[in-house]
Amino acid sequence: MATAARSGTRLGRLERPAITGVLIREVVNFSSYWRSATFSSTVEPTIYLLAFGFGFGSLVSRVAGYSYVQFVGTGTVATAVLFSSAFPAMFGTFVKYQFQRTYDAILAAPVDTEELVTAEALWIASRAGVYGCVPLVVALAFGLDPAWGMLVVPFVSFLAGFGWACFGISIAGFANSIENFSYVISAVLTPLFLVAGTFFPLSKLPRWAQVAGELNPLHHCVELVRHAAFGFHSWDAARVAVLVAFGLAMWRLAIFAMTRKLID
Amino acid sequence: MPDELAIRLRGAVKRYGPITAVDGLDLDVPIGTCVGLLGPNGAGKSTTMRLLTAQAIADEGELEVLGFKLPEESKAARAQCGVAPQLDNLDVTLTVEQNLLVFAYLYRIARAERHDAIERALVMANLVDRRDTRVDKLSGGMRRRLLIARALVHRPRLVLLDEPTVGLDPQVRQELWALIDALRAEGTTILMSTHYIEEAQRLADTVLIMSHGKAVAAGPPLELVAHHAGREAVEVYGAPARLAEVEVAAAAAGLRTRRTGTSIAVLRLDDANGQVPEGERRPANLEDVFVLLTGEEIE
Repeated sequence: MATAARSGTRLGRLERPAITGVLIREVVNFSSYWRSATFSSTVEPTIYLLAFGFGFGSLVSRVAGYSYVQFVGTGTVATAVLFSSAFPAMFGTFVKYQFQRTYDAILAAPVDTEELVTAEALWIASRAGVYGCVPLVVALAFGLDPAWGMLVVPFVSFLAGFGWACFGISIAGFANSIENFSYVISAVLTPLFLVAGTFFPLSKLPRWAQVAGELNPLHHCVELVRHAAFGFHSWDAARVAVLVAFGLAMWRLAIFAMTRKLID
Repeated sequence: MPDELAIRLRGAVKRYGPITAVDGLDLDVPIGTCVGLLGPNGAGKSTTMRLLTAQAIADEGELEVLGFKLPEESKAARAQCGVAPQLDNLDVTLTVEQNLLVFAYLYRIARAERHDAIERALVMANLVDRRDTRVDKLSGGMRRRLLIARALVHRPRLVLLDEPTVGLDPQVRQELWALIDALRAEGTTILMSTHYIEEAQRLADTVLIMSHGKAVAAGPPLELVAHHAGREAVEVYGAPARLAEVEVAAAAAGLRTRRTGTSIAVLRLDDANGQVPEGERRPANLEDVFVLLTGEEIE
């Protein structure tokens, strides 16, 4: 006995309708939680900016040739990007597969894990692109001079946000329980966040720490944003390349981790 | 064509470590029929359902859905399937209509048809008045109707229903049966897993009884009953000692029995040569077949 005549052809990889479908789900859902997401993604970096900028800024007036408020104001863009990408990706992904079983529903539709992960990361990266600009706007209000270069900040934030979103999705894919996230937050994210050149320049650190800092994608995000505000350097293209490489590597890792998790 | 198959499984095997959840399963679901997958908990029904959407990948065997080979062509098959899972995975902070809208996109319904598709699903689930209600404000029965309607929004050729009425009260189950029956009347092919015998008997054209990951019997419900349990059975009630006697006597007379918890049912009375114990006579049913084939003991 033959099976039913097939209608339609085999579908390809990374199809636009599949990615659009997952994005639409996120956009529709966002209407129900945008207030809290926007609050946590913008208020926290702004507090860092104000606390460090004015608290520490009263002790240290200039750092690496910039006024300290401007130094921190440009640096906390990366903090906003991290907080609005890695964290929602970790917790959101875990909740969606473990508690809400959303991914089971989506993967029963014509969507593959690769498309699901890609769409989720693009969505989080887009939010990071927007939220990343908030500290810069606050810094402008506190006297940072506007510059044309700042127009690239949303794109830098998007690019870095994509990598961190994929990082968060990977962690959620490998974690067996939500408690395991504490290890990653304490041992990985907090050090990377502090040693990124956000609050103090890496140039005053020991040599090994400077080399380690160059491996920190967040550091490149900090530097690119700072240069966008104060003038680009010749090495900035390399920094973009590092963020692209970070994004691509984390993207494949996230797909691997989630396929392992979602497909038996 | 009547002998075209919507689902064809040959020797499907799925192992989870030392456990073999599906163990050489053959399954045919002809186009336009409703097939019930009946079996106790842990028989492999849900794993079979996951194999059909390639959310589980078989270790061995040939699997075809709507003419597409699994797992490599699964996405094309999924585009024409609707799936209502056992565990509710609706977006609870969204409204009824928003849930359907999201799936209208996921199932790639063309923009011009999207509105009508959502309206049709709302009518089918009898949720037109609730379109703007958030899912977490719906009753359990409404949520289950929405879960099924969500699977139908793109007019799938094949619908997979995993335990569609589990945990619902009798009135709500009847509502859902009416919904599934309407779908059947439209000619949609349905594969439905259930451990409710009445559900399988009412809705399924053919039933496949699963035990330990294997098919132990398949056929139309009435034929299965006639073949395995005969036409008539007698229920004997009494103290445990009396029941044990009846069991021994029936075995000696070559009759099959099963325990029901409160009585002994002696089956296949048609084969008995007048030596029938005293008790309540009743027609044999699918439950008799189910217990005979899947075992009386709970593991």
